[in-house]
This record gives sequence, structure tokens and C-alpha cells, in this order.
Amino acid sequence: MVVPVVVGAVSLLFVVFYIVPGNPVDSLAGERAVNADTRRVVEAKFGLDKPWYVQYGKYWQRLSHGDLGRSYAQGRSVNTMLKEKAPNSIRLAVWALGIEVLIGIAAGVLSAVRRYSFLDTLTTVSTTMVVAVPVFVLGYLLQYMVGVYTFQHNYPTWARFPVSGVGGDHWHLFLIPAADTWKSVVLPAITLASVSTALVARMMRTTMLEVMRADYMRTAAAKGLSRTQVVFRHGLKNAMIPVVTLIGLDLANLIGSAVLTETVFSWPGMGTTIATAIGALDSPVVQGFTIVLVIAYVLINLLVDVSYAFFDPRIRYGAGSAD
Amino acid sequence: MTDLQPEPAPGPALLAAESTAPVSARGDVWRRFRRNRLAVIGLVVLTLLVLAAILAPLITFYDPAKLDPVLSRKPPSLKHWFGNDLLGRDLYTRVVYGSRVSLRVGIFSVVIALALGLTAGAAAGFYGRWIDSVLMRITDVFLAFPYILAAIAIITVLGRGEAAVIFVLGGLGWMSFARIFRSSILSIKETEYIEAARALGASNFRIIRRHLFPNAIQPVIVYATIFVGTAVLSEAALSFLGVGITEPKPAWGLMVAQGKSFLIGSPHMLFFPGAAIFVTVMAFVFVGDGLRDALDPRLRGG
Repeated sequence: MVVPVVVGAVSLLFVVFYIVPGNPVDSLAGERAVNADTRRVVEAKFGLDKPWYVQYGKYWQRLSHGDLGRSYAQGRSVNTMLKEKAPNSIRLAVWALGIEVLIGIAAGVLSAVRRYSFLDTLTTVSTTMVVAVPVFVLGYLLQYMVGVYTFQHNYPTWARFPVSGVGGDHWHLFLIPAADTWKSVVLPAITLASVSTALVARMMRTTMLEVMRADYMRTAAAKGLSRTQVVFRHGLKNAMIPVVTLIGLDLANLIGSAVLTETVFSWPGMGTTIATAIGALDSPVVQGFTIVLVIAYVLINLLVDVSYAFFDPRIRYGAGSAD
Repeated sequence: MTDLQPEPAPGPALLAAESTAPVSARGDVWRRFRRNRLAVIGLVVLTLLVLAAILAPLITFYDPAKLDPVLSRKPPSLKHWFGNDLLGRDLYTRVVYGSRVSLRVGIFSVVIALALGLTAGAAAGFYGRWIDSVLMRITDVFLAFPYILAAIAIITVLGRGEAAVIFVLGGLGWMSFARIFRSSILSIKETEYIEAARALGASNFRIIRRHLFPNAIQPVIVYATIFVGTAVLSEAALSFLGVGITEPKPAWGLMVAQGKSFLIGSPHMLFFPGAAIFVTVMAFVFVGDGLRDALDPRLRGG
């Protein structure tokens, strides 16, 4: 499953950029005309003068050594660019994923346990609404509320948030913010997490409601366990599988939203880099970054599959069929 | 969405209706749909949207392309309900005309996605075997790609514009239709009523037309409704990023992109088109949810 998808994706990326009508040499030259000699020299430099199968072979050879190539537009190694941008994107993604998991699961469980309560209604309505708000509009709405309005009306400093950039470099262990750096990451993280959080909350609520009707929940309660223990030890653990699956599958959407979120908050991450590179027909950057993302996506979904065994001990891998 | 309130006890009128002659399946669906308040609100909003798109010249008072530098970035007023944009164009007019662009993109892209998805899904579901495996692997590869990135890449190749957006959204959106249609065909193929029809001597064609298709298409219809909403959303995102609809067409995403630079002085430039996107997508999601609950009460969330 992992191998065919990665091979397919890598080849598809090659094909897309091979058939692109615009020539990278032209986009490199901008508006100016390119004379034939220069064109030949540049094409030879990037190996664009070879037939497609030679290019395809070289492409694989390069990738198998972990070399993502060299950017047409910037002349820099794509690996270096990746090392520069990936940490920012990972930090944003980890924060977003944290929000998604914590708030999504908490809201879902609470609204399932207290069905028809005010909290349940709030969860149901807000999760439906969030899905319909464009990511970029939500980002600007947040910026307006805590980045523009609070400044214009002289609110105290704690209510004022920066609306762009990654903030200072004061981080412990890369993820734990020091001083005011959390203010830079929290708005983009909320924006990025919004849709996924809503999906997780809805899924959590539905599966939790289903699990609560199960016989073993009644048995657990009859054994004299407290309600908290029943809900968390027996209910939550059993209801997690579909939710974990959703979180894994949703990563592709998260990457898409990251392009928009990073644009809105001028966050120097992988999403904006890819978007710019696509516009400039800078195929090595697009291919390199996208391949890394696709591999990450596939590997995380593999992890999700493995995690099923933790949530449901009846699922065992490599030990024949489950009973 | 319907499970916000406990199921209302059927009133006497309802009981009477149920005890009379058999209700047609379609009437049944409509009756269940009508009981869902949010779905009805969604349907009303959608109707208003379609009317607004058709009657745009009658309900607006300016030319959507008329520039007026004096009115640049004017806040909402009685004469200009939503204010004016950077070039002094009336925003209310442009937002109303924008519904035409959004609905066109949504509807045409869903038609393309349906055509491709149903063909692939039907082929995979009916024939099975290697066609099934190949088609499903292809959908896996497509699904592993971040949608927005693939769309940006293809539009860079095709060139920007409405036709390209429609083509891309449809061309990248068919996978879910294929999967849904395939799995519902597979599950229905095994049901007893198909077996019964076959035992009664119905021809293959009759079975497909009378039993398989009408039942397998239901989840597809639900997803198609929601798809139109997400297509509107994606079109706005692409236009916002500069790889979608181009000026001077009044597209909501473009208006948001223009408004983003003036968030400090003129937030109305961003919020009105943003709200239009939100309301439209919301309406499609409500109607889709309502249809799902009405078509198959067993699937109700919770």
C-alpha cells in the first residue's frame, strides 16, 4: 500500500511537470526573450535537453540518494530549502494537531455524555458552521478581532496579537513557547485546526453515542465503576478507532489548509513555498516538497493503522486473524 | 443535525396520514426532509441564492464593473449597502453578481465529477476483479495528493479562468463519488430484494434500472449536494490565492483577496464577500445533511 502510492505520486509529479507547456527557462527569464544559445546552456545545466525516459531515470536516481534537486528559480538545493521551511510548518502542524485532538475529542465526548444539553447544541451548531467558513476568511476574522480591533481600541497588551510571521526565536525544545512567542503561533494554529477540529468533534460524538449503548458499558457500570471510569476507560478507548482514522486521513486536507493559513499569516512554511514555486514553474521545489508531504502522509496513516491495536486489543498484526 | 431535539411525538394529523393508503417513497422523503428545520432553512437560502443569481440585474442598482475613484473604499451606507471596493465599485452589486460565478462553478464542476465518478464507480462495482483494484488504486493515489496543491499545479498549466477552475474541481473531485457509488453498488448487489427480483425472472437491465440504480444513487445525491458547497469554497480559495477566477469577474474569493490589504481601514471589503461564501456553503451543507437523514433514516447521526 505504501510503496505503490509513493511510486504513483512521484511519477505523477514527474508527468505533470513534464507536460507543462511553459518552459522553466522562459519563466526564469521573466519578460525578456531568451536567445537560442543561452537556452541550450541552461537546458543542458538542468538536464532538460535529454529525452523523457532519461530524465525520468535520473529523477529516480537522484531521489533514491535523498537528493531533491536544485531550484530553478533560486539555484539553491531543495534539501536546504526544506531544512529551512519544514521546522516552521511542523511547529504549526503540531500545534494545530494538538488543538484538533484536545478540543475535538473533549467537545465530542462532552456532547455525547450530556446529550441535548446546551453544550451539545453548541458543539453541533458550531461544528457545522466552522466547516462552511473559508479558512482564509476565518484567519482574517481572527486577525481583525485580536490583531486590529484590540490595537485600535487600546486594549491591554495581552489581548493584542501579532498578525504575521513566526515571532521571535524563543522556543524551548522547538515546541514550547517562551515569552510572547505563543501569540504568533496560536492564531494560525486555530485557523489551521478549525475544520479538522469540527470533523473530529462530530465523529467523536457519533461514535461515543454508539459505544455508550454497548453492553460492556452497562456491565462496567454494573460492576460499580464510577461514571468517569466507565466513560474514559471503557467508552473513550473503544470510540477512538474511527476518530484516529479520521485524523490520519484528514492530514491531506490539513496540508491544503496550510497553504491558505500560511498565506494569510505570512508564515514562512512549506505550503507557501510550494504555492509560490508552482506559480514560477519551479518543478524541483514543487516535486521535492510534495514528495516529502506525500511520504509523511502515507507514513502517518501507517502509524494510524498500527495504533488500532492499542485501542482495540482484539486487533493484532501478524498473528493470524483476530477472533 | 436533526438530533438537536428529541423526536417529536407524531401528532394526530400525522398518524392519520400514515394510516391512509401507502405513501409514495418520494413523498415520504419530502415529509421527513420538511421536519428538519435546518434543512428547510438551507433550502430557502438556496432558493433565494438562485433567484438572486437569476434576477441580479433587477435587485441591484449599479453596474458591477462601474468604477468610481471618488467612492474608493467607502464604508456601507444607505446608497451602497455593502460599501464600495478599492476601485469604487458597489460591493452589494458585486456580491450579488458573484453568486452567478459561484453557482456556475459549483454546478458545472459537480456535473463533471459525477460523470467521471459514476463511470469509474460503476465499472469498479459491476465488473470487480482487476478493474476494481486498478481503479481503486488510482483513487488512492489521487486522494493522497493535497487537493489545493494539485489544483494550483493544474491551473498553472491550463491558465487561469472560470473554465479551468470548473475543470480542475470536477477532475479532482470524482474520487469520492467513485468510492461511494462503488461501495453502495457492492452492498446492494448482495441484498435480498435483488435476489428476489432475479428469482422472479427480471432481466439484468430491469434490475439495474429499477432496483440497483435508484438505491445506489441515494448516497451519491447527498454527497453531490455537499460537493457543490465545497466546490464554491474551493473556487473562493483558488481565486483568493490568485489561481482562480480573474478580474474583472465578480468572484467572492477575489473580493476577499482585495479586502485583505485593507483590514485595518475597511474591513467591510473582506467581510461581506466572506459572509456570502459562508452562507452559501452553509446552505448546501444543511440541505445535504437534511437529504441524508430524509433518504435513509437509519443513517442518522447519533
